[in-house]
Amino acid sequence: MEYFIQQLVNGLTLGSIYGLIAIGYTMVYGIIGMINFAHGDIFMLGGFAALIIFLVITSIFVGLPVVILLLIMMAAAMLTAALWNWTIEKVAYRPLRGSFRLAPLITAIGMSITLSNFIQVTQGPRNKPIPPLVSSVYNVFGISIALKQIIIVLLTVILLTVFWYIVNKTSLGRAQRATEQDRKMAALLGIDVDRTISITFIMGAGLAAVAGTMYLMYYGVAVFSDGFIPGVKAFTAAVLGGIGSLPGAVIGGLLIGLIESLWSAYFTIDYKDVATFSILAIVLIFKPSGILGRPEVEKV
Amino acid sequence: MSDTLLSVQGVETYYGNIRALAGVDVEVKKGEIACLIGANGAGKSTLMMTICGSPQARTGSVIFEGRDITRMPTHEIARLRIAQSPEGRRIFPRMTVYENLQMGASLDNLKYFNEDVEKIYTLFPRLKERQAQRGGTLSGGEQQMLSIGRALMARPKLLLLDEPSLGLAPLIVKQIFDAIKVLNQEQGLTVFLVEQNAFAALKLSDRAYVMVNGKVTMRGTGKELLANPEVRAAYLEGGRH
Repeated sequence: MEYFIQQLVNGLTLGSIYGLIAIGYTMVYGIIGMINFAHGDIFMLGGFAALIIFLVITSIFVGLPVVILLLIMMAAAMLTAALWNWTIEKVAYRPLRGSFRLAPLITAIGMSITLSNFIQVTQGPRNKPIPPLVSSVYNVFGISIALKQIIIVLLTVILLTVFWYIVNKTSLGRAQRATEQDRKMAALLGIDVDRTISITFIMGAGLAAVAGTMYLMYYGVAVFSDGFIPGVKAFTAAVLGGIGSLPGAVIGGLLIGLIESLWSAYFTIDYKDVATFSILAIVLIFKPSGILGRPEVEKV
Repeated sequence: MSDTLLSVQGVETYYGNIRALAGVDVEVKKGEIACLIGANGAGKSTLMMTICGSPQARTGSVIFEGRDITRMPTHEIARLRIAQSPEGRRIFPRMTVYENLQMGASLDNLKYFNEDVEKIYTLFPRLKERQAQRGGTLSGGEQQMLSIGRALMARPKLLLLDEPSLGLAPLIVKQIFDAIKVLNQEQGLTVFLVEQNAFAALKLSDRAYVMVNGKVTMRGTGKELLANPEVRAAYLEGGRH
């Protein structure tokens, strides 16, 4: 039982990271109906930005409190990732809007490869380690819960709440939903559609960057190829939860994290990805719109 | 009554290689109701959308308050207070009625929202009953009211209405035309409407245009066109008059 709960804790942590990345996929898909395959690499890039700023800061100021350090790392990661995602949207995706559907998809894959190769060339192909930042571990009824796990889960809950609020209750969120539902009509009402789409890319990148920083803190390494597998898992999470739905993305992320860690714990770690994607396939057979996907009942 | 608010000069609009507007000249003066009648596919809705820059005119110009807006992006045209209730109503289906109205008030960042929304609810009490309901679940008539209400929330200087009577029951049509008249007379709102219901539209209008195959073929006051035998034969015979 303790072993099971321990795996549950690990799964929730991993799932939270997937969930944070998945929100970016889901928001971008929601607003322009396109899968930004470079999003996973934006996540990886965020991790690298956090690592670099960590090395710079710690070599200048010695003995900064960890909280401050983590906040600086996150800010740097968010800034870098947002700038990249904003640029990619502007130069690579925007000109293809209104083109056939495959064009932006292929471009997105191209952007993904470009980003990971860019990091591989400039930062080297090897794992980049970071010293453990948060190492406290609490023992609760025989289950060890690391402080960093608590931070990750808590941060995910807070960010999801903030984003849910922005999308559902603010004028920016209304503009985003309007753009998603009828771009032409949104423009007729004075909404700057291009700007709204840019902001969506920036918001998604910000969350991916937080996830990247957390991933770095959790595993202690960054590597250029990290964008791919977590990226695909997060995309799977978004689809599983119902693409377009914010809470769906996080629920999907948590599910994937749980399946992965429980499968690894009780069966074999070699087949954990097979298990994850099999469950995705099964869910999509019985509920193609995902767990929280909206059923299409609209009067046209 | 003599200030020109909107002037469309020699406008040609294309969809790909297909010419939808073939040199249109239209004028709307401040404080009046102008209407554009014509058969299906004549280019009426295209003209409405061209005024809003979506699509933009290939040649010719659209002048609003003395300013050339032909090449302006749609959202900036909207910010000059040209509001449109477009063809097909285009309600945001997954937003509530209330949110749809909030979208209409985006220009002022909801500054006058509370007082304006009460006016809309007085005009269309039905919307108040439905305010928490999603736009996509409304009936056609309710959507039409919402579309007009949403346009009015922008505090427009020029209101463009594309077929406000389309698919509606006669009683609701009357209600909507009455509302347009009230807005025009009491608040001096300038209205430019496209209609297939030629009789009701001409009766209401100070100025009227007839469009055929992307060209304006006749123009005059509403009364003149109502009396014109050609107009009567093409658009009114068989209607109620």
